[in-house]
Amino acid sequence: MKTNKNLKKQNYILLLVVLIIPVVALWMGGDSEFGGADTMAADAIDNAKEAYTPWFESVWAPPGGETESLLFALQAAIGTGVLAYFIGYIRGKKVASDAK
Amino acid sequence: MTKKNLLILFIVLLPLQAFGMHIMEGYLPAQWSVIWSIVFIPFLFLGVKSVRQQLSQAPERRMILAMVVAFAFVLSSLKLPSVTGSSSHATGMGFGTALVGPMAMSVVGCIVLLFQVFLLAHGGITTLGANAFAMACVGPIITFVVFKALQKSKCSLRIALFTAAVIGNLATYVVTSIQLALAHPDSISGFQGAFIKFIGIFGVTQVPVAIVEGLLTVIVINVLVQNDFIKESAIFSLSTIKGFGKNKLAHENK
Repeated sequence: MKTNKNLKKQNYILLLVVLIIPVVALWMGGDSEFGGADTMAADAIDNAKEAYTPWFESVWAPPGGETESLLFALQAAIGTGVLAYFIGYIRGKKVASDAK
Repeated sequence: MTKKNLLILFIVLLPLQAFGMHIMEGYLPAQWSVIWSIVFIPFLFLGVKSVRQQLSQAPERRMILAMVVAFAFVLSSLKLPSVTGSSSHATGMGFGTALVGPMAMSVVGCIVLLFQVFLLAHGGITTLGANAFAMACVGPIITFVVFKALQKSKCSLRIALFTAAVIGNLATYVVTSIQLALAHPDSISGFQGAFIKFIGIFGVTQVPVAIVEGLLTVIVINVLVQNDFIKESAIFSLSTIKGFGKNKLAHENK
């Protein structure tokens, strides 16, 4: 089993790699048209099959790009909030039990 | 030190703008919507059963489940640029599979997909069954199988965890491509041609994203191990599926 110190070091290295990958991907991808891969797939269907029309519309779509980013930020914020609370909680527990 | 660790973690987890990565609303013909929904329902049923079992055995599991959903929320809002010039997001399913088992993930995945459908117009109600089957059934099950196989071959725990999460993520998009190819076979080259076309769109975009997902999974598991929350031996343990064994969580012993 790895010691905590090794784990810490490992996490720093991993975080660095996590940061590097999207940067390299952006660099390799050239212009980053944030179309989204699902939009590309939808386009491929539209182009290949002139006969096909989507038969169901989204029940509700964000009225604009700004609202959409708000909702995405909200999604991430909710997730991060819960994760942060939880990790803080177990960290506090560990500190308390270590102090005993 | 750990505080700093956490800080960096949350900076990394800051949201990027996103669209996403599932089959869009209306893009599956009605019969396929029905078929994939029928395929998904038994998994959802097993998932609910597994979640109930875990909660009745140890109500503290509520926290773990909340964390698994939270992780999936964060990761699916991370829209990462990829080499193809388009972008895609991770699923967070590998992490959840490691903690609550592949079955319970069908429930977790469903929650995340429903949020995306109703608030972000990403994915869709008619494609929910298909998307859930790809992301919340096949992904976690493949992750689980890959991890077990690597563990048997005496692979190091973290490499196994990383690889399992990456392959699980990729498997999701292979299934998505199969689903699209079945519904929209190419007029000339048929299913095969269509599959290659869709895997070209999803697959290549997905590789760097899958790697990031694998790394983040290992990082968060590391943080949990560091804080004595979970023992390394408890990750993906078979008892995870039936609900954790009581002694598996360090904080419950104290």
